[in-house]
Amino acid sequence: MTKIALVHLAHARSGDKGDTANVGVIAYDEAHYDLLRAQLTPEAVKRHFGTIVRGEVERYELPNLGALNFLLHGALGGGGTMSLMNDAQGKVFSTALLRMVVDVPDAVAEAVAGRGRVPAGWRPEGGR
Amino acid sequence: MNDDRVVRVASGQGFWGDDLEAPVRQVEGGPIDYLMLDYLAEVTMSIMQKQRARDPEAGYARDFVPLMERIFAACVEGGVRVVTNAGGVNPEGCAEALVEAGRRAGVAGRAKVGLVTGDDLVDRIDELLDAGHELANMETGEPLFTIRDRVQSANAYIGAVPIVEALGKGADVVVTGRSTDTALTYGPLMHEFAWAAGDHDLIASGVVAGHINECGAQCTGGNCLIDWWTIPDLATVGFPIVEVSADGTFVVTKHPGTGGRVTRASVTEQIVYEMGDPTTYITPDVIADFTTIRLDDCGGDRVRVHGVKGAPRTDFLKVSIAYSAGWKATGTLTYVWPDAAAKARSADRILRERLERLGLAFDEIRTELVGWDSTHGALVGEPPADLPEVELRVGVRGDDRSAVERFTREIAPLVLTGPPSVTGFAGGRPRVQEIMAYWPALVRREAVEPKLSVEVRDV
Repeated sequence: MTKIALVHLAHARSGDKGDTANVGVIAYDEAHYDLLRAQLTPEAVKRHFGTIVRGEVERYELPNLGALNFLLHGALGGGGTMSLMNDAQGKVFSTALLRMVVDVPDAVAEAVAGRGRVPAGWRPEGGR
Repeated sequence: MNDDRVVRVASGQGFWGDDLEAPVRQVEGGPIDYLMLDYLAEVTMSIMQKQRARDPEAGYARDFVPLMERIFAACVEGGVRVVTNAGGVNPEGCAEALVEAGRRAGVAGRAKVGLVTGDDLVDRIDELLDAGHELANMETGEPLFTIRDRVQSANAYIGAVPIVEALGKGADVVVTGRSTDTALTYGPLMHEFAWAAGDHDLIASGVVAGHINECGAQCTGGNCLIDWWTIPDLATVGFPIVEVSADGTFVVTKHPGTGGRVTRASVTEQIVYEMGDPTTYITPDVIADFTTIRLDDCGGDRVRVHGVKGAPRTDFLKVSIAYSAGWKATGTLTYVWPDAAAKARSADRILRERLERLGLAFDEIRTELVGWDSTHGALVGEPPADLPEVELRVGVRGDDRSAVERFTREIAPLVLTGPPSVTGFAGGRPRVQEIMAYWPALVRREAVEPKLSVEVRDV
């Protein structure tokens, strides 16, 4: 087994409902969905966020989309206009979760190396 | 009856402040049947309520009127009907301004405006409380009376029924207050295909189409994480169009020649956005089960959606209540190498000591380092000593407006009286903002629905 960051296995999007942030995590390869289900337990995700998430972490499964949905309660400093956070609406909790380190078989780690990141040397083109 | 028509509902705005050119591109870029424009978010209603308190003619999404002046004639001539919640807390004022815009656009005598009212409960709160509606906070269970005197706005999220009625009466443009975002898409579908209240699966499919449409380009390549650097031409990103069949199945796509990308992955990212329990996506008209959604990537920026199941609606409508909850301000300064983060943290200590010596009390003081930990917090560890620069961001919040005011005058002095290598104060003093807190509640639908009104006016 090898430890890798979740960013190589999944993409994600996050948003808010009051003081709760939601993060939808989507497997790049549906063959890795069960691996994500096994590793991204609500307890493991709660541990990952530590003091950033004051309340409970709930998890819902969407096998039809190869996705898991996490509700992070008490994560947004009161939420909405109450919050003093730069990310008051939880827009980038998605990538905060993708920092999480997970255990995967060596072959998987090798296959997904570099996935989810801009290739070295890439520069934006165009613009007028 | 065999109905093999496809109804195309295009999304033109995902929030108040979205790309002003997008609706024009949707109308001019190819055939569509409906244009939905979503302007409202949780905090928007309270902002509009404040604007209306200062100016009785305000309180709606003002961008909508000049937009319609630009596209009204093209919509009327092309048979494109517009459905929007731009009315905010003043749908009446919005509809009046829209009629004027229609006359200026040359569609007088050729167009009708539908107006939906009755979602606004701010003047009915005492009546509702007296009648036994608790309007307790859905998240905390707290009863409303604890904040009753601070309530600024209260609107029931209403569904598609009044939109369907307005379209049935021939409205070319339907203006509502707090319609749900999704109803702006599935309302036209219920009208076109005569879906009935008991057609749970069909309406649920329309809800999924609405959820995909409601954030504009967020499903066509905007804010899309997957392989984002390969997504073409976001400068002219195509907003979504759902092509819906009578059986509720639909294809998500965008106009040819526009930028962005529609794939299974881009649509999935939008589906999980702001999601709660996916089996129970509650709307005023149906409960949709998002775990039943099936997506087929057809290639060519086309994703087919099918399989959606629904369940009967609940007896309640959600109410969005906003109440005054004090004041806040946020100040920023940029600290620079060497030891940028150490300087920023030292400045934060000095600032906090000064606030304390001034005897200023706040409910919260929050310090973040933008460029280091302002979004991922403790997950990123300690900043390196060679960090080139970092922005110190300090926010305060409290009930005492004068204390927050005084805080805004304590940022600039740090430039000459604190740690060195500091800049970035060109923006002037921070602005004091009134906090409008969000109070979600439930109300029995029979307290609202009989008061909903649909009116159709000639331009």
